[in-house]
This record gives sequence, C-alpha cells and structure tokens, in this order.
Amino acid sequence: MNDFLYLYRGGQWSNRTPEQMQTTMQKWMAWMKELGDKGHIKDMGHPLEQQGKVVKAHKSVTDGPFAEAKDLIGGYTLVQARDLAQAAELTAGCPIFENGGFVEVRPIMKTGM
Amino acid sequence: MVAALTRVFGVHNLALAEDVVQDAFCRAMEVWKFRGVPENPSAWLMATAKHRAIDVLRRERTARTFAPELGRLLESEWTLVPAVEELFGTAAVKDDLLRMMFSCCNPRLNDDAQVALVLHILCGFGVSEVAAAFLDTEAATQKRISRAKKILAGSKRLFDLADADFARRLSAVHRALYLLFNEGYHGASSESVMQVELCQEAMRLTGLLLERESTATPATFALAALMSLHAARLPGRINASGRLQTLLDQDRSQWDTALIAEGQRLLERSATGSELSEYHVEAAIAAAHARAARVELTNWAQIVALYDKLAVLRPSPIVALNRAIAIAQYQGPERGLDELHAIADLDRFARYPFYFAALADLELRCGRRDAARQHFGEALTRARNPMEREFFEQRIRACEA
Repeated sequence: MNDFLYLYRGGQWSNRTPEQMQTTMQKWMAWMKELGDKGHIKDMGHPLEQQGKVVKAHKSVTDGPFAEAKDLIGGYTLVQARDLAQAAELTAGCPIFENGGFVEVRPIMKTGM
Repeated sequence: MVAALTRVFGVHNLALAEDVVQDAFCRAMEVWKFRGVPENPSAWLMATAKHRAIDVLRRERTARTFAPELGRLLESEWTLVPAVEELFGTAAVKDDLLRMMFSCCNPRLNDDAQVALVLHILCGFGVSEVAAAFLDTEAATQKRISRAKKILAGSKRLFDLADADFARRLSAVHRALYLLFNEGYHGASSESVMQVELCQEAMRLTGLLLERESTATPATFALAALMSLHAARLPGRINASGRLQTLLDQDRSQWDTALIAEGQRLLERSATGSELSEYHVEAAIAAAHARAARVELTNWAQIVALYDKLAVLRPSPIVALNRAIAIAQYQGPERGLDELHAIADLDRFARYPFYFAALADLELRCGRRDAARQHFGEALTRARNPMEREFFEQRIRACEA
C-alpha cells in the first residue's frame, strides 16, 4: 500500500442554507466512512476555512492571494491505495464533484536512501 | 442523555459524560432564568449537551481516546458533527439506552449495585434519591455507585447487543428491572411517591426492551405483563385514609382496568416458544388475582399450582411464604400454618415483617387471638416505615377487640 494525499479543490462551500450544509456534511461522512471501512483512510484530515494568510520569505504576510476560488484547497485527506490509478478511482462518489469541485490526487513522495 | 454521551465518549469516559450533562443543566438554569423555560426543555437540553460534546471532542481530540468503536469518525472535522448528530438521533438514543442498560447489568456487579446504577445513570436519580429508594445512607450509596462506575468504566465500551453473551446478559437485565419494580412495589421506602416512580421507571425501561426485536423475548413480555398487572393494583393498596390494604381486603373497583387489559395482552404475547420463565409464572399468578372481581371468586387451586411451579423455578423463602398464604386460602388456615412452619431458611425473615404478619393472620382465623396478637407484635418490631407500623398496630387492636 502506498500513501496519497487528496486535496479537495474548488467547489461552492459557503452561501448555503444550514440544511444544505447538513446534507453535504452527511454525504461527506458517508463517503469517508465507506473509504475508511475499506481500509483506505490513513488520516481523514480536515476541511479548511477559505480565509487565511500567505507567508513568504522576509516575513511578508498577506491575506492572499491564494489560487483562484475555483482551485482553492478546501480540505485534505491522507489515503492508502495500491497505486496512483487506484487512488484516483477511489475518489468516485466524493461529494465535492456535486459542488463543481475536483480532487487532486498526489502520491506522497518517498524520500530516503 | 448520559447514555448517548457515553456512547460518544466511550464508557471509560463516563465521568466526562456526566460532567457534560451537569454542565448542560447549569447552562439551562442560567438561560431559563432570564428567558424563561423553552417550549421543549428536553430538546433544548439535548441540543446543549450535543454542542458541549462536540466542544469537548474537539478540545480533547489528541488528549483522550473516545469510543473506540467509532474509530476515526470523531477525529476529523469532515465527520465529527454528522457523526455526533447521528448518535443523538432518537433511534440512536434509544439504542444507547439499551446498550447502557446491558452495560449496567455487568456480571461483575452484584444485584444491588446493578439496580443502583440503572437508577442513577438511566433514570437520572441523584445519589440521595437512590439512597432513599434503598433506605440506605447517602455515603454508603455514594460509595456503592462510584465503585460500580469504576467497574463499568473498566469495560471500555458499551455492551454490544450483538455480543455472544447477549442472552445471559438479557436475563440479568430482566432481573435488575424486576428488582427495581419490586423495590417500588414492596420496598421499604417510606415515601410512596418515590415508590410509584420506581415502578414507572422499571416499566419504561422494560418498554424499551419490547421495542426491539432481539430484546422482545417471551420472558420480556412476561416481565412487562407482570409489571402491568401489579401496577394495576397500586391504587388499591392504600385506602382512602392512607392505610395499607392487603390483597384480600382491597377495593378491587379501584384497580386500573386499562393496565389489567394491557397486562393480559402482554401475557398472551409472552406465550410463544418453549421458554417458561419465572416471570411467566408470576404474571400468571397476578393475572389470576386480576381476573377475580371479588376476592371470593379467586381461583386458589390454580394459584397454588402456579406457586408450586414458581417454587421449582425460583425457590426462595418469599415464594414459599406466598405459597403458604395461597394454600391457607385454598385449604384452610391450619394447612397454611403447617406450610409456614415448614419453610426452610426462616432466618431470612429476621427483618421481614410479613412472615410474622402471615402467621398472625392465620392464627387469628383459627380463633387463637393471643397467638395472633403476639405474632403481630413481632411484625410490628420489624415494620420498616410508618405505614407498615400503623398497619400492624391496627391489626393488634383488632385482636384485642
């Protein structure tokens, strides 16, 4: 098994009614739970707020800019899969697709000699 | 509420669950003081407890392990809130109550401790109320409850209703609920209001067992029938002047006919399968009494036969005592006295007044007033509350009249 990082990008997160939020959370839970039951979750990670700060060298701290809203990272999860192909397949059913977002799947680099 | 929170936090964090409930109540008092009691106070409390639970889970995510069977669902913000929402849903809460009930009836705890835990955790009785129910001191009850909680917390997770030990544990649950009901019905506590409440709690929890297929066994139906049939007689046990009435002297028109009908229905439903539990027999005895509109119409032959059966299923001095009383009704007081004298284990009655009261009654019916008077005197010294005391004093006066 190899480790992969799911970066949930884009998708409409705010401006929704509490009921819609709740339905979405339920869907995330169901999806995560299924993935976990199949033994693919290493760390569920967390969703991220849209605001934050960008820190660059020389202590330059700004409130942005981040990537464009459509690419903004909305959360992350650490998963385990046989290979990149399987890791990509496992994103099927992820609720982010319903909100116009997408999942970036990145293998964790194995450093070491 | 404690049950639901314990399911979320894990049994080993029972104390934390209680703190959160306590906290919710304190908040409620503060808020309600200013804004008045909301329309649905229990829902308000539940929601407050839920939010506090989520706070705690977030804050202590790394410091504690919570319910192991929930795995990672509580660790991530992806799933934390929906998972807790689900656990606080009505169906889930009922499930948690059952699981908590089964957890409290841990074989490592004795009967008294099990019943005390059920009262404290599932019925929300405070330590002083539990102490009052058992006629025990607060300090002793406190000690018993905290010792029991420690054992419970050591079991790590709530009892799994799919466990292989389920059947055995279910009979422990039956036993605890039966004792809880009896404590209310025959118990020594002097406050009658409290007694009725104990009976109601036992019936409520038994009702929960009936709602779930795996726990709604014939024995559960029989236990529920038994409780309904006995509870139906509660209004007749105390007469208009607040005096205790024996079954034979009760005004039967005061019996609750709806509860009797419910008890009969439950008893019929219990008659499936091959299992004949002690609760079946006891319920059948209660039903035989309930069927007799007047005491003369009682089918004593049937009742004696049922007591014979019960004495085999659950031999005890109390069963023997009741059997002797039934025999006295069926075959005369002399035969009843023979049976009373033949009971083994008489020292078990050292502190129980009704054995002596039975002796006295039968002596009186044989016309031996002095012997009767003496036995009522012995019962009087063992009376456990003012109502019993007054009852025996009145009987003594009757002997002298």
